[in-house]
Amino acid sequence: MSPHLRKKVVVVGHGMVGHRFVTAAIERGLTETHDIVVLGEEPRPAYDRVALTSFFEVGAEALSFLPSGAYEDPRVTLRTSTSVIEIDPAAQTVMLADGEEMAYDELVLATGAAPFVPPVPGAELGNVFVYRTIEDLEAIRQAARTAKAGAVIGGGLLGLEAANALHQLGVETHVVEMNPRLMSVQIDEAGGRMLGRHIADLGLTVHTSVVTESISPDAGVSTGSTTVGALKFRDVDEPLAVDMVVFSAGIRPRDALARAAGLDLAERGGVLVDEQCRSSDPHVWAVGECAAPAGRMYGLVAPGYDMAEVVADALLGGQGTFTGADMSTKLKLLGVDVASFGDAHGTTDECLELTYSDAVAGVYKKLVISEDGTRLLGGVLVGDASAYGLLRPMVASGMMLPENPEELILPQSTGGGGGIQLPPEAQVCSCNDVTRGDIEAAVDDGCQSAAEVTKATKAGSTCGSCKVQVKTIVEDYFTAQGKTVDTSLCEHFSMTRAELFDVVLIHGYKTFDQIIEAHGTGRGCDLCKPAVASILASQLNGHVLAKENRKLQDTNDAYLANLQKNGSYSVVPRIPGGEITPEGLIVIGEVAKDFGLYTKITGGQRIDMFGARMEDLPAIWKRLVDAGFESGHAYGKSLRTVKSCVGSTWCRYGVQDSVGLAIMLETRYRGLRSPHKLKGGVSGCARECAEARGKDFGVIATEKGWNLYVGGNGGAIPAHAQLLAGDLSTEELVRYLDRFLMYYVRTADRLQRTATWIDSLDGGLDRVREVVIDDVLGLGTELEAAMARHTETYFDEWKATIEDPEKLRRFVSFVNAPEVPDPNISFGSTRGQIVPEVGAEPVSLGASIPVGLPDLVEPTLEESR
Amino acid sequence: MNAAQTVTYISVCRLDDIDPETGVAALVRGEAVAVFRTVDDRVFALSNYDPFGHASVLARGIVGTRGEVPFVASPLLKQPFALETGICLDDPSISVATYDVDVVDGEVRIGARRPH
Ligand code: SRM
Ligand SMILES: Cc1cc2nc3c(=O)[nH]c(=O)nc-3n(C[C@H](O)[C@H](O)[C@H](O)COP(=O)(O)OP(=O)(O)OC[C@H]3O[C@@H](n4cnc5c(N)ncnc54)[C@H](O)[C@@H]3O)c2cc1C
Ligand code: SF4
Ligand code: FES
Repeated sequence: MSPHLRKKVVVVGHGMVGHRFVTAAIERGLTETHDIVVLGEEPRPAYDRVALTSFFEVGAEALSFLPSGAYEDPRVTLRTSTSVIEIDPAAQTVMLADGEEMAYDELVLATGAAPFVPPVPGAELGNVFVYRTIEDLEAIRQAARTAKAGAVIGGGLLGLEAANALHQLGVETHVVEMNPRLMSVQIDEAGGRMLGRHIADLGLTVHTSVVTESISPDAGVSTGSTTVGALKFRDVDEPLAVDMVVFSAGIRPRDALARAAGLDLAERGGVLVDEQCRSSDPHVWAVGECAAPAGRMYGLVAPGYDMAEVVADALLGGQGTFTGADMSTKLKLLGVDVASFGDAHGTTDECLELTYSDAVAGVYKKLVISEDGTRLLGGVLVGDASAYGLLRPMVASGMMLPENPEELILPQSTGGGGGIQLPPEAQVCSCNDVTRGDIEAAVDDGCQSAAEVTKATKAGSTCGSCKVQVKTIVEDYFTAQGKTVDTSLCEHFSMTRAELFDVVLIHGYKTFDQIIEAHGTGRGCDLCKPAVASILASQLNGHVLAKENRKLQDTNDAYLANLQKNGSYSVVPRIPGGEITPEGLIVIGEVAKDFGLYTKITGGQRIDMFGARMEDLPAIWKRLVDAGFESGHAYGKSLRTVKSCVGSTWCRYGVQDSVGLAIMLETRYRGLRSPHKLKGGVSGCARECAEARGKDFGVIATEKGWNLYVGGNGGAIPAHAQLLAGDLSTEELVRYLDRFLMYYVRTADRLQRTATWIDSLDGGLDRVREVVIDDVLGLGTELEAAMARHTETYFDEWKATIEDPEKLRRFVSFVNAPEVPDPNISFGSTRGQIVPEVGAEPVSLGASIPVGLPDLVEPTLEESR
Repeated sequence: MNAAQTVTYISVCRLDDIDPETGVAALVRGEAVAVFRTVDDRVFALSNYDPFGHASVLARGIVGTRGEVPFVASPLLKQPFALETGICLDDPSISVATYDVDVVDGEVRIGARRPH
């Protein structure tokens, strides 16, 4: 088709669904024949509104669907900060706010919805907000800095999410709900009560069955204040004093453009569209929250995505239709799992209900079952929604219930639904329409793990509620094919590292021999021996070179130094927080000079000396120890460094003493043997010069204390650390960190950094928060005590080594010629320092040395001694 | 054992100088030899030179078993070598030299390099 015959699609609104329409159009090839112009009112390209609340943690960039600001396909033009104020279906034009007129061949409305603000007097006051855009959240955060108390009006799904955010921002939070229970749309009365109790336990105040009559300004009208001061409820005398208000009383489709243009609207609002999402004008389409297929609007993203696909297909002449959607939801509100699916309220004729409730544990579950007891119609889960991933597809696929359906909700149910096999066509991921069959096909195509399946199929990548189910299906499928997902440590131990850790702890084992004799086979290997060494070190904190266990130590631990490619070693003294005196620098310089070592500043804010011969290590360390240095454990799977920025001591932006805290933390956790190495960082303010969020634990100073982030990683698979808890006092910070680190030490797999460990936990970061902060397992004091034991029994490994002739015995080049340096180690020079030289052949000293002689000369035993 | 054999053996250390399931490096006729002791007090001698990493380090590796086969994992990149044959268990086309070795009166003695 020649260029002037290309058609033009104009998309109004660049939100989640507008963006999906564009990507669908590109993928399906619509841009081969059509130019697309997207006009969006917001100042930035589309972003993940579903994850809006995480804006406080991750920032706008991380939420963006189009960080570069433009689509790669040059035939798509995106204009942000551009509002459409009028559409003219007869002329096929749209009018922009600046007066520009634009013609279209096809018009796609994706204008979304707007929060509904009821006409309450005072709603126009300052510090009254809605919760929909990044700008809304920025304003809320600003107000929260000075606000003491705040109210969220509306106790629905979004209201609770907003309340969660206010609570996290440190504002005393009230939830005001007109109905007698929270989340009345999704869950039933008993579930709502259970949820209310959970939320009250967290320190939020829930007011149900109250109607807000008016909002009054701060300190009365006399001060002329224009910001919120209090809420007045109908039939309640005492007003509720608040400094900010967030309205979350429902949403309304943004259908004003269509209304003004005379297009048909649905009775309850929204652009009325047919099954192909076409409006009453053949060239105008509507998708997402502004659309009302068959008269019904959907306030969820998944149906919007389906509509976007249907329209892209229709514009290419396809016949796809949108015929309704699954309104199931699962979310985690203030740490409480809540899910509802299918016919949650039991409105189907003659249906049966099966409930399980445990007020102590705060768990409530209800299943709605067909009259004949064979089909699952819907349900509600509060407090434990682990079964959601299985139950929702059971409803959607209409499969037969097992004999004892109550087992699906009894507490011992794993959520994996042990044994229950969904039919292949059952939709497992509703956000991305992925079935069990699709997941298994992805495995057939070579995916090796649930994470790879998510990458290939998108299942689990949107709201995440199907993740557990995806993982279960992948693992079951592996098992079915005989490809067992083997979690054994190695051929000698058929358990995971975490299981082995518990076994060692329970039996109080002290040596490898005891452990392998009782629980393993053979004599171990390079996988299980270092793992056992690490477990014993974490529990007993003995010397890693103690006679009974030194045979277990990995390469670097075996000589308390890092092995280099030519067989020499590097030496890294600890420099806590990166702070060092001039005298300290001079000692390191002199030692390096005297032993001819290469020096380099490391990425971990300290100094590494390379090229030490094994037999020289004790003498080098003697000098360092005498000068007050100690081991930096650069060789151990243990704490490495706690990187710091200069902080409030010097920096004009700093709000806390980051160096002081880094030194304290590094000193506290030094020597802690762990499943993999551990790194920390402390920054003095949000500018984050210490890159703390790239570390296993990162601390960022705030005006009120410290924010604690966990699970960051550089290395091969970089990850940003996530906020575990905010505005902590130093004491709280240390308590949570003690627990976090010990929980990791106990349960992670060998060589699993914190980032992958957190991902591997069922519930991820939320689980960590439950265990570390909420102490749901009641392990808090035990973990703290374990850390206290570690810090009390810490000693410097190198100091202990140079004082013990038995340990020093091993630091020789040759057992029978300790004074002969290994000729295989040699050095060249580059930029004025030594560099290793690696030969392709072993070097022989031949006859030139006194010990041992060439074969032909036959030495006597006497001579060779 | 006849006299001619005895003299070709070089004593390098006492058995007690080697912790069970570890190795030591010895200098034998100018060559670096890794001498290992297993848990049942058998001794094995291999060239100390790791042909993958090109460094003389095998004596510092972890000793263990694969099935019934005792082996040492190179401390550099963990390739496993059978202690009896010197053959790399992951890549049998590569092997390291082995030496005759025995223990007499608690003395560990290294004999000739075996042909391979
Ligand atoms: C010396 C140093 C590079 C430098 O010249 O700056 C270094 C050197 C080594 N790194 Fe590193 N890493 C060094 C900072 C880092 C950093 C930066 C940091 O810590 O801020 C990272 C990324 C941050 C992180 O860990 O998340 C880093 C990520 C790695 C990784 C990848 C870990 C991962 O999770 O993927 C490895 C491999 C491993 O541990 O399995 C590694 C392994 C190594 C080893 C130990 C490889 C080895 O087994 O021989 C290197 C030997 C160190 C030695 O001989 O002393 N090094 N390494 C840095 C020493 C820091 C220190 O003072 O202790
Ligand atoms: C805090 C929060 C949490 C949520 N959680 C979930 C969840 O867990 N699960 C779920 O399924 N859904 C959730 N949702 C709902 C979900 O975000 C919406 O269903 C989805 O964003 C709808 O997409 P949309 O493109 O239709 O609308 P939007 O994403 O709102 O996009 C519409 C865009 O059009 C623009 N626009 C409007 N009028 C004009 C105009 N005249 N000219 C130019 N541009 C215009 C708007 O500025 C906006 O950018 C949540 C929403 C919020 C706010
Ligand atoms: S993180 Fe903040 S306090 Fe620390 S150096 Fe950077 S700007 Fe200064
Ligand atoms: S159901 Fe939302 S990501 Fe799968």
